[in-house]
Order: sequence, then C-alpha cells, then structure tokens
Amino acid sequence: MIEISHVNKWYGPSFQVLKDCTTSVAKGEVVVVCGPSGSGKSTLIKCVNALEPFQEGQIILDGIKVNDPKTDLPKLRARVGMVFQHFELFPHLRIIENLCLAQEKVLGRSHDEAMAKGQKLLERVGLTVHANKYPAELSGGQQQRVAIARALAMDPIAMLFDEPTSALDPEMISEVLDVMVDLAHEGMTMMVVTHEMGFASKVAHRVIFMDKGEIVEDALKTDFFGSPRSERAQKFLSKILSH
Amino acid sequence: MFDNLDFDVIRRSLPYLFLDGMSFTLMLTGLSALGGLVFGTLIALMRLSGYKLLGRVAGLYVDFMRSLPLVLVIFWFYFLVPYIGQWLTGAARPIRVGAFTSSLVTFIMFEAAYFSEIMRAGIQSISKGQPAAASALGLTYSQSMRYIVLPQAFRNMLPVLLTQTIVLFQDTSLVYVLSIPDFLGAASKVAQRDGRLVEMYLFAAAVYFVISCVASYGVRRLQARIAIVR
Repeated sequence: MIEISHVNKWYGPSFQVLKDCTTSVAKGEVVVVCGPSGSGKSTLIKCVNALEPFQEGQIILDGIKVNDPKTDLPKLRARVGMVFQHFELFPHLRIIENLCLAQEKVLGRSHDEAMAKGQKLLERVGLTVHANKYPAELSGGQQQRVAIARALAMDPIAMLFDEPTSALDPEMISEVLDVMVDLAHEGMTMMVVTHEMGFASKVAHRVIFMDKGEIVEDALKTDFFGSPRSERAQKFLSKILSH
Repeated sequence: MFDNLDFDVIRRSLPYLFLDGMSFTLMLTGLSALGGLVFGTLIALMRLSGYKLLGRVAGLYVDFMRSLPLVLVIFWFYFLVPYIGQWLTGAARPIRVGAFTSSLVTFIMFEAAYFSEIMRAGIQSISKGQPAAASALGLTYSQSMRYIVLPQAFRNMLPVLLTQTIVLFQDTSLVYVLSIPDFLGAASKVAQRDGRLVEMYLFAAAVYFVISCVASYGVRRLQARIAIVR
C-alpha cells in the first residue's frame, strides 16, 4: 500500500533530515513509527502524502508515485486520511461543516450525502451532540476525535497519524487511542507516529524506530519490544518505559 | 470676532452639500474600497505565491505607491489616464476620462497597495497547519485559500481594513485638486461663493469628525462580535 524507498531529504544545502529511508506498509497493516524528537519521523510521514517534498528516492502510494510531477496531488491526498498533532480543525466552521467541506468540494458529494456521512462518523466517535458547535468549544480530545472523523469521511484507503496524542492532556489520550484501536481492529491501513507504546504493543504489527533521520530498526512488534537489536532503540525504550 | 458669522448659510446649502457632495464622497469611498479590496487581494496573493517574479513585481508596486503622496498620484493620474487609454486602445486622440473615473481608478490603485499589505499580514497570521490540513483532505491550493485561509484571514483583518477605509473616506477630500465637488469641494464652493469660509470649513470639519468617529465606534463593536474563538 505504502512503499517508501531510499528517501533522502535535506533542509537547505547541508542539513539532512531523512537519510536513505526505506520501509513499507502493507494493506491492513498498522505500523508505529517512534523515536526521539527531531529524528525525522513526522517529516517521513508527511512525505507519504507529499505535504513535505523530498529530493531523492521514491514513495509509491497504492501504485501511484507520490513524487512524480505528473501526479495529481490533491486527488492522491484525498484518498489518504491524515491526523495532525494540533488537530487543525477549521475554527471558523462548525463541527459538522468541518466534516462536510472536503466531501462536497473534493469528492463532489451532495450536501445531504455529506451530512449523512458526517453524522454517522460523529456518532461513531461519540460526538453527535456537538455537531453544531465550533471547534474551540470542544476539549482537545474531542477535537482530535472530530479530526479523525473528518479524515474518515473521505473514505480513505489508509490513515496517517502524526503524533495524534502528544498535544493532549493525559486524561484525554485514551479516548483518542480507543478510536484508533477500533480503526486498527477493523483492518484500516495505518501509519502512526507516536510515543504511546501501549498503543503500539496492543495493535501495531510492526514498529519502526528512527534516530537522526535514519530508520534504525524496522521490526515486528514482538521482536521490537522483546529484544531490540540496536543499542539506540534499547536506550530509547528503556527511557520511555522506565516510568 | 464671531459676531458676524452667519450659520444660516449651512442650512441653505444642506441639500447641495449632502445630496451632491456627500453622496459623491461616499460613492467614491465605497467603490474605491471595493476595488482596492479586489486588487489588494490579488497583489497579496502574488506576493505570497512563492513565484519570485510575481512577488517581486507586486512588491515593487506596493513600494512605489506607498512612496508617493496621494495628492500627487491623483494629479498625475488625471493627466496620464487619457494617454494610457489612448495607448491601450490605439485611438488617435487621448481618451476622454471624466474626473470621477480618473479619481476612482487612482484611489483603487492607491488603496490596493495599502489593502494588500493588510491582507498579507492577515493571511500570514493563519498558522501553516490550516492549509496543510486542507491539502491533506485533497483541497487544491485555490480551494484551500477560498474556503479555509481567506475566510479566517478576513475575519482577522476586517477591523484593520475598515479603519483603513475610514482613512480613505477622509482622503477622498483630496480630489479637490481636480475641482470635483465632493463633500469638501461642495462646502468649499459655497464658502467661496458666499464668502463664508469660517462657517463652511467649521461645518465640514464637524461632519468629517462625526462620521469618522461613529464609524470607528462601529468597527470596535464589530471587532468584538466577529472574532473567532480559538
């Protein structure tokens, strides 16, 4: 589904953020990407739907080359859902309008169709009563669930999550993770940048560990948590699991 | 010294001052603000487009307009527009352009420079995550601008745009150099004709003052109402 091969990316002439990154996500697979901050994991996931350009290598998404200048990027992006660290709901639109806008403008669905789909997804994330509120009236956890629903409204073939819980207060993290766990159980293809190792051990198939722009470790979940091969991954794990 | 003032001259000239003068001033202000907004948005988008050449041209235009006194621009435009029109249409003689059209074009171009800077700041005030989220949903650049960025930017900058329009309302009085009877021009005409300079100019000042003050108060009220809660 997602094939990343030999991706190199530089900021400016000398600062390399991604170094020869190669990995893949199969259909129905849940892959967690972790690593210290500044390791390039968010950058990598943003390369997948071309929100970030890269200079070398290639990424193929459902058979379409992302970094081909001829690729219709908006069309490609419409097929992959993305959830951001800071939710990025549209503050001037009501919750239901946040869910309907792209359905109507990008997929060309009728207003009624979009509304029905939006209502259904709001119900799914348990926020039906908030349909006519504005994003600022909701808590962080609720906003992030709306953001997930907004992405799902486009019937994506895969979902990308960029640190979906790291801007949340601790008591709101689980309500977001619950939605993500359900998604994973339904067989959604997911690539998730997160530090939530509980989530990783529960639903991930594979774990990728990045450090300084490199994919240091790309292993099955059991191997990763059982016996990470690299010293850097061991250190990282011992640090975040020690409390 | 105020013994021989005759304030009745104001009452007698009210219909002329307001029906002719003020309606002209308000029309010129409104149309200039509208045109300035359209062209200002275009210039702002050019500057933010990421195309170096477009940005450079727009930047030069803004700097040029902002470096000239408005009254000179009005003056020059009045003389130059007929020749530019001739050059554009290939006519044999300079195109006849009325004083109203000429001053309207001038104000639109001048205000576009100021409005574009306000718009640019407004657009830049929207965090990058918003257009990124719009792109991630599959919206094109123009859709993301139209549905996500501009509506938010507009709410942020509306108070500043309106305040600039109040300044524009006062600036329109500069068309007196073209002897156009706007509100001040009309007051000035009556003042000269009847020899009532003090009365008429006092009255004109009071009218500009009251209208601008009320409008400013309105802008503040509006600002409180439309702010987006974050």
